[in-house]
Amino acid sequence: MAGMLKIRVNGRWAPIKAAPDTPLLYVLAGELGLKGPRFGCGLAQCGSCSVLVDGAETRACVTPVAAVEGKAVTTLEGLPAHYAAHHRLAKAPELTPIQQAMIEEQAPQCGYCYNGMIIKASELLFQTPRPTEAQIRAAMNGHLCRCGTYPRIVKAIQRAALAQEEAIGVKA
Amino acid sequence: MNAPLPSLPRRDLLKAGGALVIGFSLGGPAGAQPGPVRRGAVAGPPDAKQVDTWLAIHADSTATLYIGFVELGQGTTTALPQVAAEELDLDLDQVRTVQHDTNVTPMQGGTYSSASIARGSPQVRAAAAQARLALLTLASERLNTPIDQLMVSRGVVSAPGGTVTYGELIGDRRFNLEVTGKAPVKRPSAYRIVGKAAPRKDIPAKVKGDYTYIQHLSLPGMLHARVVRPRGQRAYGAGAKVLSLDEASIAGIAGAKVVRRGDFIAVTAPLEWDAVRAARQLKVSWDPAPTLPGNARLFDRMRAETTTDTVVLDRGDAAGAFGAAGVRSVSMTCRGPYQAHAPFAPNCALADVKADQALVICTSQDIYNLRRELAPLLGLAEPRIRVQFCDASGTYGHSLYDDVAQAAALASQLSGRPVRLQFMRWDEHGWDTYGPAHLGQVRVAASADGKITGYEYEGWQHNWSQVEASQQLALGTAATEWPTFPSQQVATGTCGGMYAIPNLKLINHHVPGQGYLRGAWLRSPLDLSFAFTSEQAVDQLAYELGIDPYEFRRRNIADARWLGVLDAAAKAAGWTPHPAASALSDAQVVSGRGIGLGTHLASWGGAVAEIEVDKASGKVRVKHLYAAIDAGLVVNPGNVEAQITGQMVQTTSRMLFEEVTFDETGVTSLDWSSYPVIRFEDCPEVTPIVVQRVDEPSQGAGEETMAAAAAAIANAFFDATGKRMTDYPLTPDRVKAALKS
Repeated sequence: MAGMLKIRVNGRWAPIKAAPDTPLLYVLAGELGLKGPRFGCGLAQCGSCSVLVDGAETRACVTPVAAVEGKAVTTLEGLPAHYAAHHRLAKAPELTPIQQAMIEEQAPQCGYCYNGMIIKASELLFQTPRPTEAQIRAAMNGHLCRCGTYPRIVKAIQRAALAQEEAIGVKA
Repeated sequence: MNAPLPSLPRRDLLKAGGALVIGFSLGGPAGAQPGPVRRGAVAGPPDAKQVDTWLAIHADSTATLYIGFVELGQGTTTALPQVAAEELDLDLDQVRTVQHDTNVTPMQGGTYSSASIARGSPQVRAAAAQARLALLTLASERLNTPIDQLMVSRGVVSAPGGTVTYGELIGDRRFNLEVTGKAPVKRPSAYRIVGKAAPRKDIPAKVKGDYTYIQHLSLPGMLHARVVRPRGQRAYGAGAKVLSLDEASIAGIAGAKVVRRGDFIAVTAPLEWDAVRAARQLKVSWDPAPTLPGNARLFDRMRAETTTDTVVLDRGDAAGAFGAAGVRSVSMTCRGPYQAHAPFAPNCALADVKADQALVICTSQDIYNLRRELAPLLGLAEPRIRVQFCDASGTYGHSLYDDVAQAAALASQLSGRPVRLQFMRWDEHGWDTYGPAHLGQVRVAASADGKITGYEYEGWQHNWSQVEASQQLALGTAATEWPTFPSQQVATGTCGGMYAIPNLKLINHHVPGQGYLRGAWLRSPLDLSFAFTSEQAVDQLAYELGIDPYEFRRRNIADARWLGVLDAAAKAAGWTPHPAASALSDAQVVSGRGIGLGTHLASWGGAVAEIEVDKASGKVRVKHLYAAIDAGLVVNPGNVEAQITGQMVQTTSRMLFEEVTFDETGVTSLDWSSYPVIRFEDCPEVTPIVVQRVDEPSQGAGEETMAAAAAAIANAFFDATGKRMTDYPLTPDRVKAALKS
């Protein structure tokens, strides 16, 4: 069984050695050496391991790797390409609007939770391009930040919404 | 920039003993020593008196700064380079830092007490100024121009007759020069870089996902390891006794093995997930004997202990002030819970322990102290151990970074292999060295015209635990506490110190810590409890005298810096004068505002809180916090605004949600569900205010507004409801009980 599994991560197929019930996180971080998804609790409580699976934010620490067979997994590393594909842009930007906005707001402190914050905020902005503050708080509520940078994350998402409209040519 | 050197120290160089390559001085003139600077070959610390210990100027005129304070997302690796760039007349993009390493970086003491700028910036400034003087002396000779006619920009020295670069003058060679402390430093009025916000250097990599945290590192041939401990610590003095261990219980997991020394147990496996499974599956029977008071009896037991008492401060006749005619007095007894550091990433370390040397890569905020602790644990002399730092998630005080480093080192030594050991969430929450619980008793007296005449504060808490769990479990080391020192005892600043009070007495009751939970400093240790107690009593006195709480504080402050932060916070909040609780409402959701003052060891903090209380559900919402800090010269105001924001959000979390729960056997709050913290939906708006004082020495800015905000929230609750809370966090159950009283 082991060795038979192949999954698609950031647009590339990867053969997987791990047992099929291994949580996706250990495959992405260990076997594939990705630095975006990372361990925080192993209980799907904090969001530090989040990835997009077919565009939906998913906790990699409790998702067996076999469950993503045949699906598209996007990690923080693959987000600019995913963003470009989603909006049918000719070329992937170096950073997505939400990543750029996080820099402009000087939002992260330790930054460890920002993998999940950026993944979740990207999902939100795909689904709700111009979210209200209440929508932002509700969507992001399952992601914890111990440094207390929530206020700047909210501002960064608002800033990114405007930048995204400009980038993809949507009129407010 | 943040990947540590993975190589082991070379044995032949270690044998060379204490000779310090970096600090080695030939005694010649500055700047002219040939040969590359070799760093890392010999055990440190390097000689702090030598300029070369602190910085190197490269051929391209950029500089590397060697600092002993670690980056925790608080911006040290931006702010200290600002200080160096300022004195060297470089731009900030020309100065970089390296990771901390006991073979490379200087010993500046641990990264705690918000000391990185307060203690670190004078050292960096003196070394950089010394280097600049040496460089200008060389340039003056080279350009035949007096020093005072030279101009420097981006490391290019210009004279009317020509230019020379720092790189040409010294590039990658040693200064061989002592830091005398006498080289001229810039006047603050001439600062270009210091005192101005600069974007943090670490942020772009953090949002791209290519920043290296310790959790990302690996060593060649390493095993993954997890500790196996009871879920939830026992009393500090009790350790955790193994009654039986069934190694066969993990026989089904390929390559998984148990390592054990005393009651220290870990499992190792080639694959990380297998190590996680083995740690869950291993059958260990732990002694279940009750060793703790549990939350229910905690404060009664602390109050009943035979304590070691210290009069911290005794001014005038405090007792007498309460008997004087015409004074009104208020007394309060309040309780603050154990609270957890709960770093977002469980602590992690890598170790490669061999028969005669060891490499430990970890997130210790005091790598030299950890090296000292590791020596007896591993049976190696200190110079045989190299400790390197790598960034991790924020930790807000002394979390388990030394414990996990010890655990990794033990697991490596016992398995004979390099090891990466990471704690699980329940290890981190359950075995933390918590911010200690506190019982505070205060009384305050004032004359009818609103002048505080007498103040007494008595506080009960235990000190910080000195022995990490790994060492205690492995060696059975006695559970000693740190000796009492400021920051573990009733504080002269936050306990009444902001007011001009003629009669004041502070008494510290040191509770013996062995029968309680592990303790250590947690961001602004004990101060939230001090302010919750003291500043509520002051507020209550203002209320009973019918005086607006802001005005009452103004009348009692003589110090311009306390007044400065109080006024700044009140002004930002648009404070309008009226006594507290003078607009009580019958509505289900009521609002209130409160004000408070406080600090940690130095600096001055003031805050205003605006809150709402839902009387039916007992839910408190902090809507907006305005917090002002005076920390003297603030090197990077952008960093400090971010720090204040973090402090306000964490304070809200600690005042509303956070409490370590435990029964008589052990800790029961083991994850984010049983130990809830603030989330987006409860996050207040924050207005951070930096009171910049460029001519005053820099002080801490990482924790000094939290006490003020804790008090402001409690006082806002009274303004909204007319009731005082005596215990925090302000959970719905506690709030509903208080409203019924």
